Amino acid sequence: MSETHAVTAADVAFAYGERAALRGVSFAVEAGASFGFVGPNGSGKSTLFKLLSTILPQQAGSITMLGHDLLRESAAIRRRIGVVFQSPAVDKNLTVLENLRYAGLLLNLGGKELKMRIDEALAAAVLTDRRADPVAELSGGLRRRVEIAKCLMARPDLVLLDEASTGLDPAARREMWKVLRAQDNLTILFTTHLMEEAAEADRLMLLDEGQVVASGRPGELMEEVGGQVLEIETVEAAALVAELRDAFQVDAVQVDQTVRIEGETVQELVPEVMKRFGDRIRRLHLAHPSLEDVFLHRTGKRFVVQDPEPDLKKKKKRRRS
Amino acid sequence: MRRAVYALWHREIIRFVRDRSRLTGSLMQPVIFWLMFSGALHGSFKPYGMDYGVYFFTGTLAMITLFTAIFSTITVIEDRKEGFLQGVLVSPVPRSAIALGKILGGSTLALGLAVIFLLLAPFTGIELELDRVLMSIGVLALLSIAVTGLGFTLAWLMDSTAGYHGIMMLFLMPMLLMSGAFFPIEDAHWLISWVRHVNPMTYGVGALRHALQGSAPGCPTFAVCMIGTVIFATAMFALGTFVVTRRSSRDAT
Repeated sequence: MSETHAVTAADVAFAYGERAALRGVSFAVEAGASFGFVGPNGSGKSTLFKLLSTILPQQAGSITMLGHDLLRESAAIRRRIGVVFQSPAVDKNLTVLENLRYAGLLLNLGGKELKMRIDEALAAAVLTDRRADPVAELSGGLRRRVEIAKCLMARPDLVLLDEASTGLDPAARREMWKVLRAQDNLTILFTTHLMEEAAEADRLMLLDEGQVVASGRPGELMEEVGGQVLEIETVEAAALVAELRDAFQVDAVQVDQTVRIEGETVQELVPEVMKRFGDRIRRLHLAHPSLEDVFLHRTGKRFVVQDPEPDLKKKKKRRRS
Repeated sequence: MRRAVYALWHREIIRFVRDRSRLTGSLMQPVIFWLMFSGALHGSFKPYGMDYGVYFFTGTLAMITLFTAIFSTITVIEDRKEGFLQGVLVSPVPRSAIALGKILGGSTLALGLAVIFLLLAPFTGIELELDRVLMSIGVLALLSIAVTGLGFTLAWLMDSTAGYHGIMMLFLMPMLLMSGAFFPIEDAHWLISWVRHVNPMTYGVGALRHALQGSAPGCPTFAVCMIGTVIFATAMFALGTFVVTRRSSRDAT
C-alpha cells in the first residue's frame, strides 16, 4: 500500500446467509481526505462500514487500512482508528469525563498520559465546560461531540462515522464537522443519506444493491450529469415522454410520475414546453444536478431513504431552485 | 488489559451505586423476603429442628448472589442494544477483558450485598464467629463468580431482556428453588432428587450452610460441596470468557 492511501479495498463481498449485501466493492481513500459512502437503505454502505470498523468478520476480498491487512491485523488497526456508530456508544449514566476516562483505560492509557489525552479530547470537541455533566443531560448535538471526543482519545489516523449526523440539526452537524476537520491529517470515512452533508466530502462513493454506482469528487459527479435537469410532473408521464421526444428530439425519460430531461441547454426548452404542454403540467422544475440526480442517472432509480425518525423527513425533501 | 478490566469493573460498580432505585431494591429485597418467609413459617416449619429464620438466612444469601448476578449481567443486553458494547468491541482490548471486567464487576456487587446481609446475622439469632464469617465470605465469593459467569454467558447469547427474563423464570429460579436454599429436599420424587443432585447451586448452598451454620443436615459433605462450588465457579468463568471470544456477525447488530 502506498503511503498516500489510508484505505484500499479490492473486490469486497459480504453476505448475510443467502442475502448478498456487498458484491465486489473496490475503492481507495487518500490519507487526510474525507470520504463518504452514500446510498439508500440496503445499498450495503452500513455493511461496508461495519467491515471497516473491524466489527464484522471479513468474508471475501482484501482490505488494507493504515498499512495493515484487515483480516490478519485487525488488532493493530483498532489501535489507530476511532469509530462513531449510529447508536451511541457513550454511557448516558456517566459523566462526560467518566466516559472519556473509560475510553482511555480501554486504550491502555494511564496516569499523566490519560489525563493529558482527556484534556486534549475535551478541548478538541469544545466540551471542557461540560466535563462534569452526566451525558444523559446533554443535547443530541453535545452527545455526538462526546462520541467524537471519545474516538479522538486514541489520536486516530482514521475515523469512521456511521450516519453520525442523524438526528442532529444543521448547526450541530456543522459543529461536529468543524471539530473533525480541525484535526491534522485525519482521514474521515463516513456514511450518510443527507445529500448536503455528502456534497461537502472530498470524495464520494455511491452505492446501490451492494455495488459501486459512481465515485469521485462531488462536483465532478454532478457535472457528469451535465448542464441542468428539467423535471416535469404530470398525470400522464408516458404520453408526455413520447410527445416531448417528437417535438424537441430530446432524451426524455419517465421516472415515477415525472418526466426528466438532462442536458446542457434544457433551460431553453422551458418556454416552448410551457406553451405547448402547459395545461397538462402540474409542476415544472429546473435545477443544477444534485447528487440525487447522479444516483438517478446511474441507476435509473430515485434515491429514497426511509428514515427511522419521522421528524427528519422534512429535511430530506429536495430543496432546489 | 489490566486497565481495560479495571475500567469495565469500575463501570459496573459506579452504575450500580448511582442507580438509587436499583441500590435500594437490591438492599431491601432480601431483607423483606427474609422477614416475610421467616415470619410466616416460623411457627409451622422447622426444617431439621432448626428455626426457619436461621435456615432461610443461608438461603437468602444464595438468593442475593443469584439476583444480583442476574440484574448486573442483564446490562450486557442493554449495552449491546445501546451501542456501548460495539464501542468496546472496536477498541484494542482483547475480548476476554470484556468477560473479565463484567464478571468481576457483577461478582463484586453480589459479594458486597451478601456481606452486608451477612452482617445482619446477629439479629436473626445466628451467632457470628470470625472464622465462620471468613469462611462464608470465601464461599460467597466463589458462588458470586459462578452465578455471575452463568448470567453473563446467558446474557451474551440473548438478544432481548424479555428473553433473559424468560430464561430467568424457566431456568435460574428453579435452580435456586431446587438447591435447598428455601426448603430442604429429601425423600422427594426421584426426578426432583435427580435435579437437585445435578444442580450446581445445591453445592453452593450446601457449602454456605457448612461454613456459616457449622453443620448442614441434608446436604452433601463440606468437601463435596466445596469441590462442586469450585468447579461451578471455574466452569462458568471459563464459559463466559469463551462465548465472548467467539466472533460473530451478531456483534455488529
